[in-house]
Amino acid sequence: MLAIDGSTLDFKRLDRLALQNTVIHRIDARVKVVTTIVFIICVVSFDRYTIAAMLPFLSFPIVLSVLGNLPPGYLLRKLLLVIPFALAIGLFNPLFDRQVVLRFGELNVWGGWVSCASILLRAILTASTAIILVAVTGFPAICAALQKLGMPQVFAIQLQFLYRYIFVLTDEAVRVARSRQLRSFGRRGLGLHQFGSLIGHLLLRTWERAERIHMAMLSRGFQGEFQATWGKGRLGRDDLFFISGWSALFVFFRFYNLPQFLGNLMTWRIP
Amino acid sequence: MSHHIVEARHLHHIYPDGTTALKDVSFRVHHGESVAIIGANGAGKSTLLLHLNGYLGATSGEVVVGDLTVSKKNLVDVRRTVGMVFQDPDDQLFMPTVFDDVAFGPMNMGLPKSEVERRVKDALDRVGAQNLTDRPPYHLSGGEKKRVAIASVLSMLPEILILDEPTSGLDPCARRQLMAMLRAFHHTRIITSHDLDMVMELCERTIVLHEGQVMADGPTLEIFRDESLLDRCCLEKPFAMQNCPNCSPKTIDNPAQKPLIVPHPDKPHHHSHNR
Repeated sequence: MLAIDGSTLDFKRLDRLALQNTVIHRIDARVKVVTTIVFIICVVSFDRYTIAAMLPFLSFPIVLSVLGNLPPGYLLRKLLLVIPFALAIGLFNPLFDRQVVLRFGELNVWGGWVSCASILLRAILTASTAIILVAVTGFPAICAALQKLGMPQVFAIQLQFLYRYIFVLTDEAVRVARSRQLRSFGRRGLGLHQFGSLIGHLLLRTWERAERIHMAMLSRGFQGEFQATWGKGRLGRDDLFFISGWSALFVFFRFYNLPQFLGNLMTWRIP
Repeated sequence: MSHHIVEARHLHHIYPDGTTALKDVSFRVHHGESVAIIGANGAGKSTLLLHLNGYLGATSGEVVVGDLTVSKKNLVDVRRTVGMVFQDPDDQLFMPTVFDDVAFGPMNMGLPKSEVERRVKDALDRVGAQNLTDRPPYHLSGGEKKRVAIASVLSMLPEILILDEPTSGLDPCARRQLMAMLRAFHHTRIITSHDLDMVMELCERTIVLHEGQVMADGPTLEIFRDESLLDRCCLEKPFAMQNCPNCSPKTIDNPAQKPLIVPHPDKPHHHSHNR
């Protein structure tokens, strides 16, 4: 249970990181969201055997986390939570794709291994960038930015509420799980059957809370539509520089294989 | 000032599952009064409160707020007049920051930006939470949450405040602060609570509900002196009115109720017996 406790606490830490005031934090949320989307599209659109050409993309998360004053250890731990899922997707590639694409002396590398590594690298790139985006922008600001960029309000509000109540729900879940654990004396309680009713119980509680939240909204004059909050509307010079600079760089990385170019340069100079 | 009254007239409420929650409840709260509604769990307090701002409709009978008989047509006006503070602040604070939460009501009223900002500032000043403006509500302490929840209602400038269990879950210090704050308000106040000591300090009048019926309605002190009434309604005297366990002859005569802490004969304990 400690694991659940710990991961919620970490979540709050992500939230506190977003309250910092650095160069990166000051950039408009819309700009950061769009740049991240361009980044993700460029990364996922590579051919499935690509590895080397994707490496320059690591510069984006690294620069952002350094300038945004984010603790690298914390980011790595968050990233480790995501990697197993990516691994599960790429795991069977080596079994199906046995075409030899690389040779290191005696060692033949199948295409499946290469594509598996490629999937892993993509997961590292996209997941780390997404975590960093939240840590330098803050979740509510991302929701507001998405809405300003044209996402329907219903979805933006859904996301915002999800984020607001995930803290309350995890607290509740931890309490329920703890009380079960304390009365099961190191055994597994009554097993899966009881676990089902525990989850059902949580669902009912959530349902009731939703009803009470709705009551609280109605009693403050809610009439079905959220009024827009006022944020800064205009993009500044830094914002435009950020979005155009990074986007241009991503497109360049996407179409020119930088590592290969450097490699060629080296082998040409040093025969 | 007749337009600040809250009146319930022969209110009945039967839930869809057939449970009768309110039986012929009638009372009238005047301008500036501070009234407590007390009763055991399941006595119908929450159901009653939800009628006062039109969240629940009466099976029969009616609720009057100001000059309006609460109905579907005038819900917006009723809810602007009656500010409702819920028991769990986590239900009431649903926006990303304290500012957004306190601004939620005024924004729904369609007020201009400058007015909304002024009201948010005033409301937060009122509850002593100016420094929390940009904080996310889920990082606040229990007492802070409660005060912000009250500010989120004050910003709509309601004439009537309804508070459901305002002191529940607060530590003694936060409870004291909250009570001092509530005492300073000039709104018409309707408070439900099990914290009878708080009721005694804040409300001059008390309505006792039992199984959906009004069992008594009168000055708070008179009601708390009526032991048989309190017994019947599963209530008891506030601690401040109960006899001192150390010097009451009743407890000393009965060995089963012997005090846990016996005062030292040389150091008599000090307390006032003014009630």
